[in-house]
Amino acid sequence: MFDVLKEKRINIVTGHYGSGKTEFAVNYALKLAGAGAGVSIVDLDIVNPYFRSRELEPLLSKYGIKVISSSVDSPALEVPALSAEIFSAFRNDASHVVFDMGGDDAGANALARYHRYLDNKPYEMFFVLNANRHLTKSAEDAIKYLRSIEEASKQKVSSIVNNTHMCGQTAADDILKGQRLCEEVSARTNLPIKYTIINKKLLNKKLCSIINNEVFPIDIYLKKPWEI
Amino acid sequence: MSKELWKGNEAIAEAAVRAGCKYFFGYPITPQNEISEYMASRLPEVGGCFLQAESEVASINMVYGASGAGARVMTSSSSPGISLMQEGISYIAAAELPCVVVNIVRGGPGLGGIQPAQSDYFQACKGGGHGDYKLVVLAPNSVQEAVDLVQEAFDIADLYRTPVLVLGDGMIGQMMEPVEFYPIPKRELPEKNWAADGTRGKRPPNIINSLYLKAEECEIENLRRYEKYAAIQKSEVKCETYNLENAEVVCVAYGMTSRVVSNAIDTLEKAGINAGLIRPVSLWPFPSGIIAEVAALPGVKAFLTVEMSMGQMVEDVRLAVSGKKPVHFYGRTGGMVPEVSAVVNEVKRITGEEI
Repeated sequence: MFDVLKEKRINIVTGHYGSGKTEFAVNYALKLAGAGAGVSIVDLDIVNPYFRSRELEPLLSKYGIKVISSSVDSPALEVPALSAEIFSAFRNDASHVVFDMGGDDAGANALARYHRYLDNKPYEMFFVLNANRHLTKSAEDAIKYLRSIEEASKQKVSSIVNNTHMCGQTAADDILKGQRLCEEVSARTNLPIKYTIINKKLLNKKLCSIINNEVFPIDIYLKKPWEI
Repeated sequence: MSKELWKGNEAIAEAAVRAGCKYFFGYPITPQNEISEYMASRLPEVGGCFLQAESEVASINMVYGASGAGARVMTSSSSPGISLMQEGISYIAAAELPCVVVNIVRGGPGLGGIQPAQSDYFQACKGGGHGDYKLVVLAPNSVQEAVDLVQEAFDIADLYRTPVLVLGDGMIGQMMEPVEFYPIPKRELPEKNWAADGTRGKRPPNIINSLYLKAEECEIENLRRYEKYAAIQKSEVKCETYNLENAEVVCVAYGMTSRVVSNAIDTLEKAGINAGLIRPVSLWPFPSGIIAEVAALPGVKAFLTVEMSMGQMVEDVRLAVSGKKPVHFYGRTGGMVPEVSAVVNEVKRITGEEI
């Protein structure tokens, strides 16, 4: 069961493009907020212009979640103008924070700027893995990505999140394929699998019983224009 | 091969490589940068060459050179960058060289913005550059179709010796969708005996040229090239229809917008309103024939063109409908995407339904 008291105060969501980092980050922030925690989400994605958590500010702020992103007020901005407000996430011990990183090592780069503020604090750094993405299909490739993200961000990944999906066409087999991949990555890196993400529409007892780690059910918030 | 999840831009690049594209020259611009990024790492793996040019003007002239030497070559950009390339595209069309150009359209005019748009339709289909020429223009509405059309674009380019433009938008470039790379049917292609790739002492030099000092010669060349365009118009029209049976209102939309419209059609059907869709896949040659046939159907009351622009393709729809039925327009511009509910309301307005 999800227990907010067991969650770290600082949470960093990393992974390959299309792994579903933002969808997990947003659901995770909502879960923390739902459990009564004060929550900020820091959108550190400066490499991708579309499908970022800042687009969901109206929804997130409704649940009391503070969205911190660019210092320039534009959801479609593509310049690395990080807000000074991001420092508040390190200083405010009363509030949980979710860092939603850009994809790959390029996206993880933005975090390195804050490594002085992270080094002496306990944090969770999730590596979100989607076995359906062409560059993270094998354990070897996934570990290569994981290490390049660590190198660029100057931080260590602390757990793996299986988020194997196929956008609107995800089947249970996709999730289980991802589970096998994550187990292999976990065995080779000694990193635990913290969550397996399952769309609430696909959630069932049988599927959950096969998965040994905690299942994290999600709703989809970042939709394509014709899905709204 | 099973399905994988690909970002539109990456998939377009991989499709080009699978079609035998060995050379890519480009200059960065959002929202299509992943194409160059992917090519930079992928092309060396197949013995090809990626080069970041100093500008879009340089990129398109590098494409001109590589194509003239007989290579399969591609460039990509987004709206303002494609504007810069227009001179080169006109030269390539005049010199009758095959190449593929990808435009991942963003809001305009000017620098505009980085959100999806379809406001480069005129530029793509009505010249763009100077002189009498045409581009074959293909407009996918999914990442899978982008993969299929990019591969076919290289064959069409080689078959007719013409530049082919793949017209996407920021959404198709940036979104993730399941994709399967399967071998697409290859066309029978003529030998590139025109390529300026060295005579090896065995033949007279091939000359790539678009300058005619005698007007008579330039006219002959243009007339001959337009015979080729007529052949393309006869054989290369691509179009999809949806729910046309019993449709009172026929929507015309291409690319991403067609997906908004088809969802609107489903919503309308539940409310007992019959609407259908004609989706041009080739924007040039434009599927005027199909639109004209549908316009002649007695059950069809009106047309509605939906675009992410102030109204560009709607002019071709009006020409095709030729006054037989009223042609309405609904568009969003500057990077805004039409909403399903707005399209539903537009159709209801036309049928006189309460909104």
